[in-house]
Amino acid sequence: MNNTHIQVKNLNAYYGKQHALKDINIEIPKNQITVIMGPSGCGKTTLLKTFNRFFELNENVNLTGEVLVDGENIYDPNVDVTEVRKVVGLLAQRPTPLPMSIYDNIAYGMRIHQMKKDRAAYKKSVRHYLEIAGLWEEVHKRMHDPATSLSIGQQQRLCLARGLAVEPEIILGDEPTSALDPISSQNIESRLLELKKDYTIVIVTHTLRQAKRLADHVIYMYLGEVAEAGPAHEVFTNPKHERTKQYLEGLF
Amino acid sequence: MSDIQLNNTLKTEGRLSRPSTPSRARTDRAAQRTFFIITLVPVALILIVAVALVVRAYPILNSYNLSDLLLGETWRPNNGEFGFRPFILGTLWVTTVGVLLAVPPCLLVSVYLAEYAHNRTRTIAKPILDVLAAIPPVVYGVWGLLSIVPFVDDVLAPLSERWFGSVSIFSVTQPTGFGILAGGIVLAVMISPLIISVIFEVLSTVPNDLRHASLAVGATKWQTIRTVVLPQVLPGIVAAIVLGASRALGETIAVLMVVGNVPNIPTSVFDTAYPLPALIANNYGEMMSIPLYDAALLGAALVLLVVILIFNILSTLVLQRFLRRS
Repeated sequence: MNNTHIQVKNLNAYYGKQHALKDINIEIPKNQITVIMGPSGCGKTTLLKTFNRFFELNENVNLTGEVLVDGENIYDPNVDVTEVRKVVGLLAQRPTPLPMSIYDNIAYGMRIHQMKKDRAAYKKSVRHYLEIAGLWEEVHKRMHDPATSLSIGQQQRLCLARGLAVEPEIILGDEPTSALDPISSQNIESRLLELKKDYTIVIVTHTLRQAKRLADHVIYMYLGEVAEAGPAHEVFTNPKHERTKQYLEGLF
Repeated sequence: MSDIQLNNTLKTEGRLSRPSTPSRARTDRAAQRTFFIITLVPVALILIVAVALVVRAYPILNSYNLSDLLLGETWRPNNGEFGFRPFILGTLWVTTVGVLLAVPPCLLVSVYLAEYAHNRTRTIAKPILDVLAAIPPVVYGVWGLLSIVPFVDDVLAPLSERWFGSVSIFSVTQPTGFGILAGGIVLAVMISPLIISVIFEVLSTVPNDLRHASLAVGATKWQTIRTVVLPQVLPGIVAAIVLGASRALGETIAVLMVVGNVPNIPTSVFDTAYPLPALIANNYGEMMSIPLYDAALLGAALVLLVVILIFNILSTLVLQRFLRRS
């Protein structure tokens, strides 16, 4: 595959002695939405968190194998983990605004990486990313209010804008709509569909219907292994694996 | 309707619950009242102590101006001169030096333990810190006497003379190692476990989600701590420091053993000092024939109590505000 953005090779992950990911070999295509599905505890989130090296934030974990982003192994000892996380952004399960103003939340990552030269440039970028996240209209009059004063749905779009502001190439979403009401979820979903022309998106989701609405590419996991992976229309219409078939039919 | 149901269930249960209820309720009320009264004991104790001190110190409060007592510079009980100023200043100097020495390392240690350390390191380091808090003050005093006083005399005083000779608060004013600096060092070590464990607890109230939100955009751990975690817990850190300070204010025996106990007005960290607790501990019960001496010492105790109460109330207020916010 020529347009592979993330390639996972022989990836094994352990929490202590528990073997959470078993010999994962997958490829994630560029500028598409890849959805990781599977029953609870199958390793979806673990797999997602190996892509931005969040997996290692847990204590007592171990990992072997490679994750290549643009052909470069992000687990190479010479790789700077902060650079990895700049390229691979994460939208968390629950919105987590930083304890600062709306403006500072968006500017936070850009300041960390000293991406802009002057205040005007920061201001311009903050506006730009708030517009992309569809939040500008709602907040432009209250940029210096604390970010926690926003509604949950707005907070999640704020987090999306904050992640985009450091100019990543990949957006990871760990059940990014599970804490939101239906309308806010829909809003986030339509943002993601718009964003896939510029970004590679990988989403973990529990909801089959959301997966069907979003997915171009599907990875189905079961007990720490990839049971099935492929283009969405193939997996959804003609699942090869028995487990996938049962899952799609809602049997467990 | 519900009454009928209740009756029905009572009947099907087949036991008489009515007669036992009042006695159970009585026991409950009695227990509640007892606990309440026991809870009142410490509150009452503080009031009793304060009132007793005021009553016993009344003779001296009555015969001298309060400002003369608090600001008076000479302490000559034989001549009827009772100036608390050297003692109050001595207390503040030693406490300030102790807190200033303790806070920076304590902050680093607690940030390390809460943010960087492995679980294993933490489970080893925390109990050791607790043991540090459990060492009796007199042992700290002996340690200060045997190691810190000579250290101040042989190492710090010459160093300070060479580097900061012209700065008055660092000028070496007397030839022994006894003094504010020695007292401050001993105090710093004594209050560190308390400060560290309070800051550590406060840091662990910060939800991991916040740290992850910052790490996710590529911030380093230190950037995350500095820009997200520490600003969140600033009031808690202040409270920890004030808590340590109020512990230092009251510390008696360890300070008394190394601070020199000369009632002068300190101007340099190498000066000797005579803190309030040391004054009381050294003199109470002796020379009680001097008129008003007893009242003066209890007046000193009252001053100390008031200072410590103010500190404690302040720290409680700050901590409460912090906890309400988070």
